[in-house]
Amino acid sequence: MQTLHGFPGGLALEARKDQSTAKPLARVPLGFEYVLPLLQHEGDPAQARVSVGDRVLRGQVIARAEGYLSLPIHAPTSGTVTGILPRPIPHPSGLLAECIVIEADGLDEAAETKAPIEDPAAVHPSRLRNRLRECGVAGLGGAAFPTHVKLNPTAERPIETLIINGAQCEPYISCDDRLLREKADEVVAGTAVMLTALHASQALIAIENDTPQAMAAVDEALARYSDDRIRRVAVPTIYPEGGERQLIQTLTGREVPSRGLPADIGVICHNVGTARAAWRAIHHGEALTERVVTVTGNGVTAPRNVIARLGTPVADLVAFCGGYTDSVARLIMGGPMMGFALGSDEVSVVKGTTCILAADNSEILLEKQSMPCIRCGECAETCPAGLLPQQLYWHAHERDWEGVENFHLFDCIECGCCDVVCPSHIPLVQYFRAAKTEIWARQRDREKSDIARARYEQRQARLAREAEEKKRRHEEKKKALAGRKKGDDKVKSELDAIMSRVKQRKKGDN
Amino acid sequence: MRFPTGPAPHLAPQNSITTMMLRVLLALVPALLVWVWFFGWGIVFNIVIASATALLAEVMMLYLRGKAIRAHLLDLSAIVTAVLLAFCLPPTTPWWITVTGVAFAIIFAKHLYGGLGHNPFNPAMAGYVVLLISFPVEMTQWLPPRQLMEDGQFPTAWAQLVAILTGELPGASLDAISRATPLDVMRTELGQARTIAEITADPRFGDLGGYGWEWIGNGVLLGGIWLIYKKVIRWQIPVAVLAGVLIPATFFYLLDPGSHASPAFHLFSGATLLCAFFIATDPVSASTTRTGRLIYGAGIGFLIYAIRSWGGYPDAVAFAVLLMNMAVPLIDRYTKPRAYGHQK
Ligand code: SF4
Ligand code: SF4
Repeated sequence: MQTLHGFPGGLALEARKDQSTAKPLARVPLGFEYVLPLLQHEGDPAQARVSVGDRVLRGQVIARAEGYLSLPIHAPTSGTVTGILPRPIPHPSGLLAECIVIEADGLDEAAETKAPIEDPAAVHPSRLRNRLRECGVAGLGGAAFPTHVKLNPTAERPIETLIINGAQCEPYISCDDRLLREKADEVVAGTAVMLTALHASQALIAIENDTPQAMAAVDEALARYSDDRIRRVAVPTIYPEGGERQLIQTLTGREVPSRGLPADIGVICHNVGTARAAWRAIHHGEALTERVVTVTGNGVTAPRNVIARLGTPVADLVAFCGGYTDSVARLIMGGPMMGFALGSDEVSVVKGTTCILAADNSEILLEKQSMPCIRCGECAETCPAGLLPQQLYWHAHERDWEGVENFHLFDCIECGCCDVVCPSHIPLVQYFRAAKTEIWARQRDREKSDIARARYEQRQARLAREAEEKKRRHEEKKKALAGRKKGDDKVKSELDAIMSRVKQRKKGDN
Repeated sequence: MRFPTGPAPHLAPQNSITTMMLRVLLALVPALLVWVWFFGWGIVFNIVIASATALLAEVMMLYLRGKAIRAHLLDLSAIVTAVLLAFCLPPTTPWWITVTGVAFAIIFAKHLYGGLGHNPFNPAMAGYVVLLISFPVEMTQWLPPRQLMEDGQFPTAWAQLVAILTGELPGASLDAISRATPLDVMRTELGQARTIAEITADPRFGDLGGYGWEWIGNGVLLGGIWLIYKKVIRWQIPVAVLAGVLIPATFFYLLDPGSHASPAFHLFSGATLLCAFFIATDPVSASTTRTGRLIYGAGIGFLIYAIRSWGGYPDAVAFAVLLMNMAVPLIDRYTKPRAYGHQK
């Protein structure tokens, strides 16, 4: 039995997952056009390797990774590249970014897959990491961080525990639940491979205790697999249990240091979908070209979980799920707590797309009138990071950047708990995000001016040094001259002395 | 298709100030019913007068300060201030006194400090203290509980209304029937070196506290526990206030039960319970951190006991609260919680 430690704060949110969990996974049929942003995660964008007019095959690399923190992009189906151009991407900013557009030819011809790695334990972990990178595997829990980077422990920081995160705490999102119910074997196999790559001693598959079917499926898979390094743990259903730091705290009782990484305390977290994708990449040589997406909310006719190719327009997903209802009011990518609103359904599914929530006015609030803070402290009660959101708000409001940093703004995980409990309806998270952006911008400015100042100071120093040098040389010369003169004097006086002695002697001789 | 956007979280808020205030008002209902049972309808008239004053003052100040009137009126915070103040007044308080107190609370203690959320002092208690200083006589003219008077002697609802409107009780002089509250009695008599047993033999004392008062206390307790259950208030302040009163009270009582009132008496007389659950818990003027609330509450509790026992006023709730209000910035500063991932 794993002892659970829990985490402070958090919220019991109404689950609302039943809408989408009832039906099994279904594959979204081939569409007409796929749009693939070159950057789908933190790090560096991939570099396009195809040109307009090229024919591509499913699984073929169409953009190559640039740098360590980057991933290649693969064609989701066969077809023709019709554009490499800025298009709207699913991002809170709503900005355009470089995308490769592929027009499907409907044949879905596959490129040759990589040779399976039959015995992952027998190969060097770096080979596993390379494979994951070649196959474009990223975290499928939402952040889409390149997986190979997180599977690379250093000698100073060995990893003890691998946590496979199946605690999907956002209301509505159920893609991990459905995936576990149907593909638990692959998740378990992927977990074992990750353990091997990390040389870690144990893996915990954490599942929220309100998803009994998923737990049963994992238990059966574990029984078949019988790897006693891997255990399944039920964790309380409380938001944000699925947050990496909160999950680690619940399972180990330890906290990730502020501004540190889980690896600093010997822990690594991967999402269940990532574990499965890792297995597909290693054991089947398959590139990441599709993922499970929850399509749900009162704004969509037939909510369910679907397997969608990356690049599929959101509009196609919704159409496959019966289209919008009349009451649809807002489209959100991700959950209602941390997801972001989409201005249009023309953007496409990317590696980090967990959920498309088409919500109506009963589920979300479009307009909230905010009142002054009444210092009720509810925000602090619920903050899983142990912050005082009220004070953060106060300082952010006053644009007192030092104050917000003193109250640990950068430890805020933007979970939104404080925001939804605030009786004054203050958009707290919005303030925090703005403050972070502002501080980053200032830091960048400061760095820039620091560089400029450093340059200026260096120049000043050089000039001063040169002047100093010149003065010294001048002085040396003068000293040398004076020295010679003094030398002359000495010679002269000696001469005089000799002369006078000579004179004396002469006198004496007389 | 295009959609309107907005920042996360998108979930509808779970609570509002209006709901909180409404719950506070609801939680006062049991105590109000008991109050009417023992002391008649005076408090109801007082509440009406106080609320009307509060609303008027609020509208006027919001208008002068150029604030959204509707939203702020609907938050009900002014009504809560008015009702709490009315709960501290004698049932036959003349209307101009109530009006003065509430107007001061809303105009000075609340709006001149920046309005909702910005007032460092609890408005109801600030108003109360002003009344205590300005109208010392009227503020101590308490009717005895109806059950302690002979039939027909206790003023009817009508008589109480007239007293409130004119300051005169029809048919009887108010001075003649008004009595000191049990806390007053306890204070004065102890000062004359009588023992607790002798003092509490007086019919004005019940089993635990003052006759009638103890039942009002039960009503308050009921409402207060419901507020904690509903998470309108958190347990820290009430528990700390009560502990702050009970610990010294028990200590001195055990030391010398002959000259110190019992802990139960301190709990069930005067406004101790009202303070613990309804007044000290005013979020705006209280400490906001968990540890801070414990300190804040304990400070109030202890001051209540200290002022009652050694100070110049029989019931010390208002002073205790205002004094601790002053300490809040300091308390908050030193009770900042440890953030996740930072050293202990
Ligand atoms: S929850 Fe809202 S009103 Fe309450 S203290 Fe926090 S910010 Fe202020
Ligand atoms: S959004 Fe930030 S401040 Fe608010 S509860 Fe979450 S971690 Fe705490």
